[in-house]
Amino acid sequence: MFRSQGRESSSGPRLPGKWLTISLFLAPALVVYLVFVIIPIIQAAHFSLYKWNGLGPLEDFIGLANYQVALASEVFWQAVGNNVLVIVLSLLLQIPFSLGLAILLNRRFPGRAIFRLLFFVPYVLSEAITGIVFSLLLQPDALVDSGLKGIGLEGLIQDWLGNTDIVMLTLFVIISWKYFGFHMILLLAGLQGIPREIEEAALIDGAGRRQAFRYVTLPLIGPTLRVSVFLSVIGALQLFDLVWVMTGGGPLTATTTMAVNMFKSGFEEQQMGYGSALAVLLFLCALVVALLYQRFVLRRDIDGAVTAYNG
Amino acid sequence: MSNPRRTLGLLGVLALTISACSSGGSASSAPASAAPSAAPSAAASAPASAAAEPVTIDWWHIATGDPGKADFAAIAKAYETAHPNVKIKTTVTENEAFKTKLSATPADAYPDLFQSWGGGTMAAQADAGLLQDITAAVAPWKDTVNAGAMSIYQYKGVQYGIPWDMGMIGFWYNKDLFTKAGITSPPKTWDEYLAALPKLKAAGVAPLAIAGKDKWPSMHLWSYLLLRNGGGDALSQMIQTGDWNTDACTKAGQAVLALNALDPYQKGYASADYNSEAASVGNGKAAMELMGQWAPSVQKDQSIGKKGLGDKLGWFAFPTVTGGAGAATDGIGGGNGIAVSKNAPPEAIDFLQFFMSKENQDKLNTDGVGLSTTVGTETTVTDPNLQQVLAGRGAATFMQLYLDQATSGPLAAAFNDATVALFLGKSTPEKACQALTDAAKK
Repeated sequence: MFRSQGRESSSGPRLPGKWLTISLFLAPALVVYLVFVIIPIIQAAHFSLYKWNGLGPLEDFIGLANYQVALASEVFWQAVGNNVLVIVLSLLLQIPFSLGLAILLNRRFPGRAIFRLLFFVPYVLSEAITGIVFSLLLQPDALVDSGLKGIGLEGLIQDWLGNTDIVMLTLFVIISWKYFGFHMILLLAGLQGIPREIEEAALIDGAGRRQAFRYVTLPLIGPTLRVSVFLSVIGALQLFDLVWVMTGGGPLTATTTMAVNMFKSGFEEQQMGYGSALAVLLFLCALVVALLYQRFVLRRDIDGAVTAYNG
Repeated sequence: MSNPRRTLGLLGVLALTISACSSGGSASSAPASAAPSAAPSAAASAPASAAAEPVTIDWWHIATGDPGKADFAAIAKAYETAHPNVKIKTTVTENEAFKTKLSATPADAYPDLFQSWGGGTMAAQADAGLLQDITAAVAPWKDTVNAGAMSIYQYKGVQYGIPWDMGMIGFWYNKDLFTKAGITSPPKTWDEYLAALPKLKAAGVAPLAIAGKDKWPSMHLWSYLLLRNGGGDALSQMIQTGDWNTDACTKAGQAVLALNALDPYQKGYASADYNSEAASVGNGKAAMELMGQWAPSVQKDQSIGKKGLGDKLGWFAFPTVTGGAGAATDGIGGGNGIAVSKNAPPEAIDFLQFFMSKENQDKLNTDGVGLSTTVGTETTVTDPNLQQVLAGRGAATFMQLYLDQATSGPLAAAFNDATVALFLGKSTPEKACQALTDAAKK
């Protein structure tokens, strides 16, 4: 991590100065990190052991009862299911779609920059604005419905946000609309990092376009793809803003995600202890996913350079 | 951990999630306020000497639309002019956002004065020591305010806030659409009510607007059915014991299912919020809604061109249920008030007295901002519909504060959640009553 010994000999005192510099540069970040990340996490874990409405002092210690209630509650598992659904659909549809677009936009054709810009625009909007705009578009008889009617597809019209069977899919489409441009840009950057010569060499060696993609392009954008997947999964786990603005987790609990469940329990039902327990569970979920992903998927990207040296 | 840096990054990503749930360590501090008042009645006699120390009163209210917003600002301004040492800092937040904002506010950052509905939430705040005992401070002028309304802002005999608006929930309907559907007079019984719905549908409008996303509008409908079936005593009993597995509760649920069977709601009701409910009535797309005294102003605000229904709008009390124990004059109501927090300076209470003066309250009445609780302001309610609401409030043989306000915490949330499930056809009367009983135990 720290490879600048060579330069240090030229300037000033050796070790003490170095550590002073390190701590001076690290301190502000560490303080912010401690106050806004570490301490709140510890606090949440602390609160989660109490029955507490958020108003009075913490008195009613109930051990792990909040966790027992959470794991036994239907809503909790429905929320987990909704998060998992978004993760799975993102991986199956959103990322491949973004990759396809990135490959198209990596070719040379007139107006390429405009397309790149257009596809990236949704990502610039905040989730709250996206939610409000789509809520308006999806009202009964509003733009989406009248659009479908206009092209003779009246049969497809649904109560987009009111039907508990499809509302989660409606939200997924909107989430994808918002984020595909982001993944596309990431992947495009990855594609542009691949030297054209390598692909050309493959083609000269007689590989078809499909083979060149499968055995040359795909492995080479692997690192980017893996980061893209990672961001997508973490994003799906935290899903809150858009859902809160559009449906509030409803109708009933149809679109309740883990974060929505946490917020509702904490602030609407004023069960801060229980809400904190849900927050800790969400944190653990994300932590486990992230650690496993690093251990088994991202490892080769991180270790790659080093192993090449040693091996 | 093979790579601490990445793990740290992940923690950072989650920081917002977690910190959203922990309300420790306050950031903003309440504006400097005088010592907790032993508020002598001297405070009531306008302590405005030129040399008086500067005081800031922090006031959070929810009047986001005019005329309420402008009226409140004008009252605050008038008070500041009369008391040059006092500065009133208002924060205006939308209803739902206000509840969230307040529940995320640490105790020492509570505003001096804030929107309250009295009842259970206020009681929980009082139990937590967030509120100020203003019993003695308001004693000199408490009789200028409606006593029944004042009692909603008492808890264990202590006054914690002041009501400035109190009304009764009833049906607001579009007279033209009723006439068009051939309904000559508003229904008096639930059977007549149910009979009217298909006629309205046949006339091409949605008979009844509800809001599946915000839940509470339909909760009020269910509560009225419960009150009409069981009567006031039974309802008070259920709230007290927490046992909702009762005959009246089941019957209310069954009545909702019978209502659902007629499919009377507006398009998209399952995901509608209250504003869109009000818009559908205000724009003449739905024939009625069950709502409190604020309905006309919100309908106006949400309708196209901000016109509302004008004199096409009518009001009738919730119909009686045949064989039910509840009387036609039993009501569910409530309104808006202002609670006083622990650290509020005496000037804040003095401001409340000014706020409640007949002159200011007459203005709120004539603008239709609320139904004032100040004695003697009844005559300034000129709108015939609001006069009816006022008459209902005056004639009430039993008045229940909105159930989600009378209670707090899990039970308050369960009233909304369990009943909206009935209206969306995803629950049974028995399940709903059980859910309430379970929530009461939490």
